[in-house]
Amino acid sequence: MTTETTMKKSEATRRVRRALLFVLSLLLVAGVWEIYKTVGPEAGGKIFGWKLLPRSNNHAMPHVWDMLTRYSRPELRGSDRKIWSVVLAGAWFSFRLALVGFAIGATLGLGLSILMARFKIAERGILPYLVVSQTVPLIALAPLVVSWGGKLHIAGWTWPRWMSAAVLGAFLAFFPVAVGALKGLTSAPSASLELMDSYAASWWQTLRKLRFPAAIPFIVPSLKLAASASVIGVVVAEISTGLKGGIGRLIIEYAREATSDPAKVFTAVFGAAVLGLAMSGFVTLADMYMMRNRPKEASA
Amino acid sequence: MSAVEITNISKAFNLGSSNQVDALTDINLSIASGEFVSLIGPSGCGKSTLLRLIANLIEPTSGNLVVNGKSAKQARLDQDYGMAFQQSGLFEWRTVAKNIELPLELKGWDKAKRQERALEMLELVKLSDFANHYPWQLSGGMQQRVAIARALAVHPSLLLMDEPFGALDEMTREHMQSELLSICRASGTTVVFVTHSIPEAVYLSNRVVVMSPRPGRVTEIVDVSIEGERNDATRDNAAFFKGITAVREALRGVEMSDHVRGIEDR
Ligand SMILES: Nc1ncnc2c1ncn2[C@@H]1O[C@H](COP(=O)(O)OP(=O)(O)OP(=O)(O)O)[C@@H](O)[C@H]1O
Ligand SMILES: [Mg+2]
Repeated sequence: MTTETTMKKSEATRRVRRALLFVLSLLLVAGVWEIYKTVGPEAGGKIFGWKLLPRSNNHAMPHVWDMLTRYSRPELRGSDRKIWSVVLAGAWFSFRLALVGFAIGATLGLGLSILMARFKIAERGILPYLVVSQTVPLIALAPLVVSWGGKLHIAGWTWPRWMSAAVLGAFLAFFPVAVGALKGLTSAPSASLELMDSYAASWWQTLRKLRFPAAIPFIVPSLKLAASASVIGVVVAEISTGLKGGIGRLIIEYAREATSDPAKVFTAVFGAAVLGLAMSGFVTLADMYMMRNRPKEASA
Repeated sequence: MSAVEITNISKAFNLGSSNQVDALTDINLSIASGEFVSLIGPSGCGKSTLLRLIANLIEPTSGNLVVNGKSAKQARLDQDYGMAFQQSGLFEWRTVAKNIELPLELKGWDKAKRQERALEMLELVKLSDFANHYPWQLSGGMQQRVAIARALAVHPSLLLMDEPFGALDEMTREHMQSELLSICRASGTTVVFVTHSIPEAVYLSNRVVVMSPRPGRVTEIVDVSIEGERNDATRDNAAFFKGITAVREALRGVEMSDHVRGIEDR
């Protein structure tokens, strides 16, 4: 009992420390940003002839406090809607799309990994295509998928426009899951597989009782990748197709006002970042739940 | 009825290819029901291979194998045997009790019956207090006891063990040997036991099968005749030492024909 309580305690201190480190790193980034603004060239600069140094003026790089205070001011002059609530609503909209994309992608990735683990031929036949699929630029794919919106009818159900963004999120999310889960499903030690053989267990029983639980430590990190990938997919889809309601649309709209209101676009960019963090946080919770009874030495 | 009937069994790995390994040639062995038989011999002589053949985890190249009066495959499908290896091979995501329930789950037992049996097995290996612990919270010896409980959970008539105590310290090992003997005596279980230790083989067995490598074959079968029940006093018994000497002599014969490695003479 005592060992368990000490373990819980150290777990808690570790979590607090991690949170503090995160805040510290945010402050550090803000600090570097401000330092660059004071020492960096106003009009940008060249290193070895390449134009690498960004412009440090207030249009290109607004002050950190300007970006933060921008949240409490109205979105549009004369409107009484504060920008934080607009960004929050946009992030929430995109979050739900990303969640749908993540769910579709994770399911698809898991399904493919099981298929590949079951049939060696499937692995040889499918895996190269999966790799190729990830080299297709999302920007090129987005208009095609979005054009299904409102036009595609499947058994009385009309494909909604938002579904296209979710599908593009899924398109990026399934890949890490498929690859990670395949690695995990084939990671069970041969002695354990032999044990299941000695019980005359079927392939499905072996999958459920051995291969899948053994794959969890591989699947969890791949889900984290998938979570942020689904956010990227959704935001890029929103940006490249102009889908209304989400954070991606806010980013392009606000970017147009960059000259008059440079801090504005950053409010939306941070909104997208928080969105990504929320998705990974969501997966981290799932991670903690799934790994709660596993040996903890790795992270100690 | 004999528990295991091995007739002219040979096993070659990578048959026909340039790296063919003749692991076993022409093995004949008959193991009576309730008997405790040890396999001993230098590393690579095919002890594990023979055990895995009996378990039907691999198929023989030629020969005939009968387990419990049926084909080895049928015996495996019927879960007629339990198996334990040097590594406990427990599933780290299952509690101790759940690990023991695994073979019962696969047999389709209902939950209440499984739990009852798991508790019964835990009592047998004296780990009742650890039912809800996870394997990684247990010592190596305790894990091995759980693995043995798991192997015994279906009440198999045959127990196949491949150096199950190999990773344990001497004290734990002797303790486990005595426990295994009393468990098997109580249940009448037949045991085929692979070991590298001569005293362990002699202490546990009715017969010790001495094997030699390249190609793997049986060179001698030593009968161990120790009167009465075996306990710690047995280790000081004259018959015990006689058995050790006999097995050592038999292994010397192996040594002369080939280089012997991996035999513990303690
Ligand atoms: N799957 C396999 N493929 C090819 N050769 C194998 C395979 N398994 C075992 N062998 C070979 O068969 C021979 C016997 O191996 P086995 O594992 O049965 O020996 P062992 O007596 O158990 O040795 P040890 O005491 O070291 O455990 C060895 O030469 C080994 O290289
Ligand atoms: Mg072996």
